[in-house]
Amino acid sequence: MKLRKASAITGSLATLPLVLSACGGGDIAAEEKENESQVAAAGDCGELNMAVNPWVGFAADAYVVGHLAETELGCTVNYKDLKEEVSWQGFGTGEVDVVIEDWGHPDLEKLYFEDQGGDGSAVEMGPTGNVGIIGWYVAPWMAEEYPDITDWENLNDYADMFETPESGGKGQFLGADPSYVQFDEAIVANLGLDFQVVFSGSEAASIAAFEKAEANKTPLIGYFYEPQWFMSEVPLVKVNLPEFTDGCQDVAQDVACDYPETQLQKIVATEFAESGSPAVDLVSNFQWTNDDQNLVAKYISVDGMSAEEAAATWVEENPDKVEAWMS
Amino acid sequence: MSESSPALQVDGLWKIFGQRADKVIGTPDALLSRADLKAKNGCVTAVKDVSFDVAPGEVFVVMGLSGSGKSTLVRCLTRLIEPTAGQITIDGEDVTKASESQLRELRRHKVSMVFQHFGLLPHRQVIDNVAYGLEVRGVKKAQRRQQAGDLVDLVGLTGYDESYPDQLSGGMQQRVGLARALANDPAILLFDEPFSALDPLIRRDMQNEVVRLQAELKKTMVFVTHDLQEALKLGDRILIMRDGEIVQIGRPAEVVARPVDDYVRDFVSDVPRSHVLTLEYVMRAPTPEDSREGPVMSMDTIVRQAAQAALASAHPVQVVSDGKLVGIVDDDAILRVVVAEESVPTAPTKQAV
Amino acid sequence: MTSAPTTEPGLTTSPPQTPGEAPGRVAPRPRRVVPLWGWLVAVVVIWWVASRIGDGRAVLYLPGQETTDFQDRFTDLKADLIAGRDTNVLMQVVGAVSDAFNGVVEQLQGLVSTPDLPRPVPQIGWLGVLGIAGWVSLAIAGWRHALGTMASLAAVGLLGYWVDGMDTLIITFFSVAVSLALGLPLAVWMGTSRRVNAVVTPVLDVLQTFPAFVYLAPMALFFSLGPAIAVAVTVLYALPPVVRISAHALRSVSETTIEATTSLGQTGWQRLIKVQLPMARPSIIVGVNQTMMAALSISVIAGFVNGPGLGKPVLRALTAGSNQVGVAFIAGASIVFIAIMLDRVTTAASERSELVARGGGGNRRTHRIVLAVAGAAALVSVYVSRTYFSFAEFPDTEVGPKVAEAVQSATDWTTSHFSGLTTGVQETVTTVFINPLQDLVAGSPWFVTGLALIVLSQLLAGWRGALSSLACLTGIYVTDLWYDAMVTLTSVLVATLFVMVVAVVLGVWMARRRLVDRLLRPLLDAAQVMPSFVYLIPVLALFGPGRFTAIVAAFIYAVPVATKLVADGVRQVSETTVEAATAAGSTPWQLITKVQLPMARGNLVLAANQGLLFVLAMVVIGGLVGGGALGYDSVLGFSRGEFFGKGVSAGIAIVLLGIMVDRVARGAAERDRSAPGLLARLRTRTPAHHLS
Repeated sequence: MKLRKASAITGSLATLPLVLSACGGGDIAAEEKENESQVAAAGDCGELNMAVNPWVGFAADAYVVGHLAETELGCTVNYKDLKEEVSWQGFGTGEVDVVIEDWGHPDLEKLYFEDQGGDGSAVEMGPTGNVGIIGWYVAPWMAEEYPDITDWENLNDYADMFETPESGGKGQFLGADPSYVQFDEAIVANLGLDFQVVFSGSEAASIAAFEKAEANKTPLIGYFYEPQWFMSEVPLVKVNLPEFTDGCQDVAQDVACDYPETQLQKIVATEFAESGSPAVDLVSNFQWTNDDQNLVAKYISVDGMSAEEAAATWVEENPDKVEAWMS
Repeated sequence: MSESSPALQVDGLWKIFGQRADKVIGTPDALLSRADLKAKNGCVTAVKDVSFDVAPGEVFVVMGLSGSGKSTLVRCLTRLIEPTAGQITIDGEDVTKASESQLRELRRHKVSMVFQHFGLLPHRQVIDNVAYGLEVRGVKKAQRRQQAGDLVDLVGLTGYDESYPDQLSGGMQQRVGLARALANDPAILLFDEPFSALDPLIRRDMQNEVVRLQAELKKTMVFVTHDLQEALKLGDRILIMRDGEIVQIGRPAEVVARPVDDYVRDFVSDVPRSHVLTLEYVMRAPTPEDSREGPVMSMDTIVRQAAQAALASAHPVQVVSDGKLVGIVDDDAILRVVVAEESVPTAPTKQAV
Repeated sequence: MTSAPTTEPGLTTSPPQTPGEAPGRVAPRPRRVVPLWGWLVAVVVIWWVASRIGDGRAVLYLPGQETTDFQDRFTDLKADLIAGRDTNVLMQVVGAVSDAFNGVVEQLQGLVSTPDLPRPVPQIGWLGVLGIAGWVSLAIAGWRHALGTMASLAAVGLLGYWVDGMDTLIITFFSVAVSLALGLPLAVWMGTSRRVNAVVTPVLDVLQTFPAFVYLAPMALFFSLGPAIAVAVTVLYALPPVVRISAHALRSVSETTIEATTSLGQTGWQRLIKVQLPMARPSIIVGVNQTMMAALSISVIAGFVNGPGLGKPVLRALTAGSNQVGVAFIAGASIVFIAIMLDRVTTAASERSELVARGGGGNRRTHRIVLAVAGAAALVSVYVSRTYFSFAEFPDTEVGPKVAEAVQSATDWTTSHFSGLTTGVQETVTTVFINPLQDLVAGSPWFVTGLALIVLSQLLAGWRGALSSLACLTGIYVTDLWYDAMVTLTSVLVATLFVMVVAVVLGVWMARRRLVDRLLRPLLDAAQVMPSFVYLIPVLALFGPGRFTAIVAAFIYAVPVATKLVADGVRQVSETTVEAATAAGSTPWQLITKVQLPMARGNLVLAANQGLLFVLAMVVIGGLVGGGALGYDSVLGFSRGEFFGKGVSAGIAIVLLGIMVDRVARGAAERDRSAPGLLARLRTRTPAHHLS
């Protein structure tokens, strides 16, 4: 009895595919054939390894370039979520081809740029067109209420206000993700400021902190940067530190000046640069503005699109800019 | 003693636990008491210069309180514990000089052991536990299972072949242990307090089982126990140990009748004498006036068994050995043992032995 | 009953002693003139006075972004490694291993997770995977677990993480396989050789305490980024449990059984294969289960070096852009589903295999028929999933985003409405507990703190404890991170204190009420595998960055294990004793404080020890949310090459803190005669699920 029942079930299961084929969607086998012929016909791009460093602006750049490489050049793009340090290590082993947005890493350049005595595994490939501004920022309401707070010389007058149980009797300064370029502890010490740096840990945490400070009108000063979509939501106000001069940030312990405006650079693996892949030209030609990046970043962070969707949307909306990179 | 060569011969066996145990033997330190040696260099003498022979087919009981070294002694016999000094001869072979593989052969074929806490493999069925010894010596599965099956029947576990040890009672588990030891068909069986973890009733059953098997199989047995009743019941001879040393070796009746010192005397004080003593130990030398009409009994008849016939007869019992009259047992001698449980004045008969 | 007190003297007086009894007995220890707590208080008072006198001098503070020569040596070493990576033989060998790992993982990915080009989809689609997973669960664990497995996998798919979930499973299974291939022989070796055991055990200890973060970057030098390094990191972290538990199981196989079987003339090999391994099998399976859980719990960390799996979406949602707690939550929940599934199936499978090995487990013929039918169904599902897109790629649903949104708005609502309250709590705890203690521990001159810690170790754990503390503190001094280490120690102590308070309350409650136990236990289980990153952000939003947030994160992570230990300990208190105490008229409070807790003291010590180690494992995570000190140093070392050496030094300091604290706890346990067997359990403890 049992056996017969079982075979009946098996039998009905066997007919399932027929039933399902009606609602089963596309045909895998057909697409496989198509892919095969496409592979035969496709260009010689091969794989493109894009590092994705942990801030949303970077992702915007990386996915726009990656999206184009994939759709226009037929590359297989691998996005790799990595911090800067580890990304650069990957140039030498062929695991990373492109770091699309570099804010300046003299120490890494020394290790990997040939002209600086490194192993020559990485080269620069021109600016992204974005201008990076790092600096000290306060929540907008503070700048309104205490206009003179934007000058560093007055910061000590407000130090009490920023005090938290974490800051050991001094004012609290919210430091950034440890992986970012930063000299805040040295600046505080060397300018004689009555502050203590407490590190937020990530971009997301910093944004959350500023968001909360503005909403609740609580005091907050910290490390932040542009390009940054969040600035259009909460326009943080920059505090003026002593002006940047050449070489004033060369010795980390002695820094007592503001961060420079940085032309953000594209860094690629030497091997990739010399590979003749069509993606090399794309990366080399890629240039856009801070507004462009902020828009894509906003798609991701505020509108809840995935990075791929955001990139595709922007590319569709900006055919002329894309055109220029593809030539 | 038996005429044939002994099944097991132990000569000057020592076991000292501790860091520099080797260095103790042969020095005056070896003669120190256990406590003194321990205080001096941390070594503990578990077995101290022990020698004895066991005849083929004999049940030789090693008895002592816990810590007396009896378990260590029995483990030294197949070098489960490595002896420090001395000689052990089994079947003409010096065990202490055997190589690893010779030792394995010995364990696989000549000597088996039954343990207090059974030591069964919980993940194997009864039959595969019994067959383990055959398995490790490479007997094919079908054959070893068949042999093991016979032994399961022999120890009275028919029908439990496929049970797991933890489904059995303690007594049954020990039957498995017994069957496992028998499976190798060894000439010598060692028992290390095999029944002391069992209930009294079960214990008695198991003792009877050993008696039955012994009658059937005629193995040589070395049986370690701390239970004097058990020793007296099973032993052909008993070795009493204290602090690693031999205190007395003798037949059960001898030990009860003539303890060598207070230690042994204390030990045997509660034994129902009539159950143990033989006529040998209650008779007196015959005198010409003695009646010759009483029942005739052999010297090793146990008093209790002799009692009824003796008391029924108006004449004293005549004790004979090899057809010759060696002693006379009067009614009151019997009554003193059976009713009053008195010690026997042994002095007068001593010469008679 | 009011008569209880009057009976007490009678109960407590010792039986009359006969003078002649004395020689055989161990002489009673002389009563301390000053009780232990008196000495402890005295030390702390002197310490505090000395710290006032010191007034912030000689605390060995090193600013966050400065390094010392000792630390730079590691940085140079790393630079040398990078410079010589084309010629370094070791790196070549590891490179080959890494290629092999990548190859295997890519094969498996092509099978179930990523398109196996030119196929537009993997070889086996989601329906096929469900079918096969269900069939395997049915075969090894029974139909109930088969349904559970399929439901868990389907849930992962519905939440939108089918592909990442498959990747996580691939990395987990492969890492566990490698761990077993390496770990079991090692365990056998340790189980049979005392010396090997003595050598390997501390290495395992270090592997489990050393923050994975610190060796992530250097390992990325050896192993390529992606699957290989994920596997390597996972194996390093997941290996210890199975080795430790298996070795212990092998060593604790009954002496009698070994002796008995040896007496039958077995060889050493036969002993291992036929006796030790089969008898240790149930424990070894527990070890495998623990290893599997450890592998899962580190999956988020692997995401930091592009390891495939659910770690990536969790991190992505939490680090860049505005935080997306909701998204991180559903990705984290997927990890929890997979963890629960694997845990339940392996546990059930081991129980069932015992049952089947004993001839139980139902009618075999029926079982075989059911399996055959289910197998056919599984094959059909594989076929279908290979043929139709909708059964190959998990369909997009609205479930994931909806849940994410709900969680997000709940979190937002909570953070915006309660931030006043939470800020208050944070400020109170920080100013009342953390700051004063930190002023004492980190704010005293280093030699004062060092001396005080050594004296405390002596009081609690005897001279050996003092000696190991001396050694560890010396090591910490050498790393040039004294101040940071002391700040970390402070946070660890405060967190452990809170953990223990809550663990005792919850544990006692669970032990006394079955219902509470049944409700809380699954929650605790889930909290243990839920990647801590997931609750880090809402906690951060509630409390802002700082040591308190780090402590809360550590607290959430360590409470489950400590609570379970306390509950088990209280429940183990003998019924008879409880009955006797109740019969003597104890109130419930008296019962708890005078009977159950004192008698569960062994488990309390164990819970404190475990709690400490778990808290320590979270130090690095704390560094990500403003916990500062050693945690920040480790993260910094991972993030920025020029601070690599500082990160390594911080890792060393964390390990040394762990050893110090562990040794003191063990020493205290060793003195505690009321807890037999406790020491053995401390030695074989199942380790912290790490950092995720």
